[in-house]
Amino acid sequence: MTALDLDPPRLPAAGTWTAFRLGLFGSWRNGVVTLATVAGLVWIVPPLLRWLVIDATWSGTAAQCRAHDGACWAFIAAKLRFILLAFYPAELQWRPVLACLLMLGLLAATAMPRFWRRELAIAWPGVIALCWVLMAGLPGLLEPVASNQWGGLPVTLIIWAACFASALPLAVLLALARRSDMGGLRLLSIGYIELMRGIPMVAVLYVAMLILPLALPAGQSMDKILRAMIMIALFWAAYLAEVVRGGLQAVPDGQREAAATLGLGYWRIMQLIVLPQALRVVIPGLVNQAIGFLLATSLLAVIGIFDLLNAAKASAADPAWLGFYDEAYLFVAAIYFIFGYGGSRYSLWLERRLSRERRN
Amino acid sequence: MTDDVKTAPAFAKAGALRDFATWWGPRPLGQVAVLIAVVLLFYGFASNTLASMARIGISPGFGFLDRAANFEIGESPIAFSAGDTYARAIFAGLLNTFKVAILGCVLATVLGVALGVARLSGNLLLAGLVRGYVEIVRNTPLLLQLFLWIALAHALPGPRQALVLFDTVFLTNRGVFVPRLVVEGMPVWGWLAALVVLAVGIVHLWRGRRRAPGMRRTILLSGAAMLIGLAVIVLASGAQFAIDAPALSGFNIRGGASLTPEFAALLAGLTVKFSAAISEVVRAGILSVRAGQWEAGRALGLRDGQIMWRVVLPQALRVITPLTTSNYLDLIKDSSLAVAIGYPDLVSIVNTTANTTGQAFEALLILILVYLAINLGVSALMNLYNRRVALRGEAAT
Repeated sequence: MTALDLDPPRLPAAGTWTAFRLGLFGSWRNGVVTLATVAGLVWIVPPLLRWLVIDATWSGTAAQCRAHDGACWAFIAAKLRFILLAFYPAELQWRPVLACLLMLGLLAATAMPRFWRRELAIAWPGVIALCWVLMAGLPGLLEPVASNQWGGLPVTLIIWAACFASALPLAVLLALARRSDMGGLRLLSIGYIELMRGIPMVAVLYVAMLILPLALPAGQSMDKILRAMIMIALFWAAYLAEVVRGGLQAVPDGQREAAATLGLGYWRIMQLIVLPQALRVVIPGLVNQAIGFLLATSLLAVIGIFDLLNAAKASAADPAWLGFYDEAYLFVAAIYFIFGYGGSRYSLWLERRLSRERRN
Repeated sequence: MTDDVKTAPAFAKAGALRDFATWWGPRPLGQVAVLIAVVLLFYGFASNTLASMARIGISPGFGFLDRAANFEIGESPIAFSAGDTYARAIFAGLLNTFKVAILGCVLATVLGVALGVARLSGNLLLAGLVRGYVEIVRNTPLLLQLFLWIALAHALPGPRQALVLFDTVFLTNRGVFVPRLVVEGMPVWGWLAALVVLAVGIVHLWRGRRRAPGMRRTILLSGAAMLIGLAVIVLASGAQFAIDAPALSGFNIRGGASLTPEFAALLAGLTVKFSAAISEVVRAGILSVRAGQWEAGRALGLRDGQIMWRVVLPQALRVITPLTTSNYLDLIKDSSLAVAIGYPDLVSIVNTTANTTGQAFEALLILILVYLAINLGVSALMNLYNRRVALRGEAAT
């Protein structure tokens, strides 16, 4: 939410506060801070570098890794397939790989404002369904793979995208209800949003694990990943609803009144006038929320779904490569970081671009 | 009469009823239909759940709370052993959640403010480092950080080769040992008197600061009076203070307060994750105060430190307070990740309860209600504080 700027921090004051212009030694106090910081770095960085790079084992076996003190990057090379795809059958691995590429392509296309057309809204469910089929298989065409064999990056990406995409329409409805004149619907929407925002995601996942199977009609059962996805989508909808509500508040009342004067009904006004303006304002907010959601998908590990983080954890439990947890975690941390940092830079770029468009 | 229906239902004659009809708004029957549909949906789920529970032979209800829980809890502020009731186990979990959440909020705030100030310090190197820290912490999952922290906690050396910080803090794979203050021989009236003196002193200091900013002598005097009062109480009661520092004895570390590896890892993870968020809030808050405020302060001849404390910070708090509130609420909720690293918090114990009794529905209902209550409580407290720092006239929101 809070924007990070590229410029150095700016404090409008004299004395030590403006010393940043002179970089590191603008005043004696600043110099002391710099020296203390350098001393801290000298204390921390060399051992870290030694572990990460200098003493690290880049290729070889677990035994060779154990002979050295440093990180074991050979472990990542050996277990890369497992971390990214987990228990998916190796002979069918082109399917999750293709699913990942499709998802990344969809995200890349969505990131470019020139693709923001009606087709994109159709492409989202289409691509997600295609990825699902690729993972699950199609009787007679693609060999079926049970969802307890899914894992790694495709699971993280598909659950994230599918839950976000299905939470968004629900969020719009919730936000509209929260701002409507109808007291009953308002009450319902506020109750739902505050309930969901008041409980931790872990509790929601436990509901998916423990309650949802009981709540289904007798004899019915539902896949674990699907159950988790339904609850996550319901959970995220409450958060997205608050973002959307911010956008609705930013649209001046005059817009709606003018449209009403032209004789448009409620849904036409919302669809043609209010929502396009409101959603445009909150796109950067939605992107930030989406980054938070991606990081939150790691909680799937708590209920035993092999998402990226859980796959990394399991990879270090392999008897042949037992205990290289630090390397596994750092590797997936880098993947999450690329998505998260890239996403937040993108959100800033988008915010500037959109506000420029508004001004013109 | 039928014409009235358009504006308000015909029955809406009485005042309260008319108010309600206005609040209820247009399409009253449609709304009732939606509400009934929602109720029916939940009724369907509930009856399915009841039927399923009957099928697997579990009778619904909260009777299980009085039954004996046959599991141990790794750590608990209250005594607990296998055989105590489930209610007591859940309460112990709640206390564990409170323990880590409160400490986490305090430490994250201290570290976050320090980092936020460091980010604005004007020192390029320090600000750059803090920015890197914030970006890395913000863009990796908390659960991943917790996994790293717990791996680190278990990888620490044994007690005999413990890492020792400042001769007093021992880091070992059996936990973290820190010194604690021990008070011996303080009677109850002594504690009460000390509490009263502290409360009066703090209120007085706070009032004095508000009423006469800059009157340093008043503040010093009341501060000194408070300390003297405390000293008199301690002398009169004959209490003795001692610092119980941990020390290596034999194969283990004796003395001091010990934090289990799980608690230490969770506390470290929450502190680091939320210090990054709070540092951003602090920075945004301070930057939100306009440059003119600094210039005006300088025109009045105030020093930079005075401008910061008397002019900028009080205004920055209006931005900082609501945002920090949501950070605190997130921290409390995220403390539930304890379940993944084996710290017996509320979620972890409710999960164990659900699995051992089969009363998943009731156990999760307790969990959800407790979190909602905590959320409402913290929001209410912070709103109260927010009203204090808000601009007069804006306080109503």
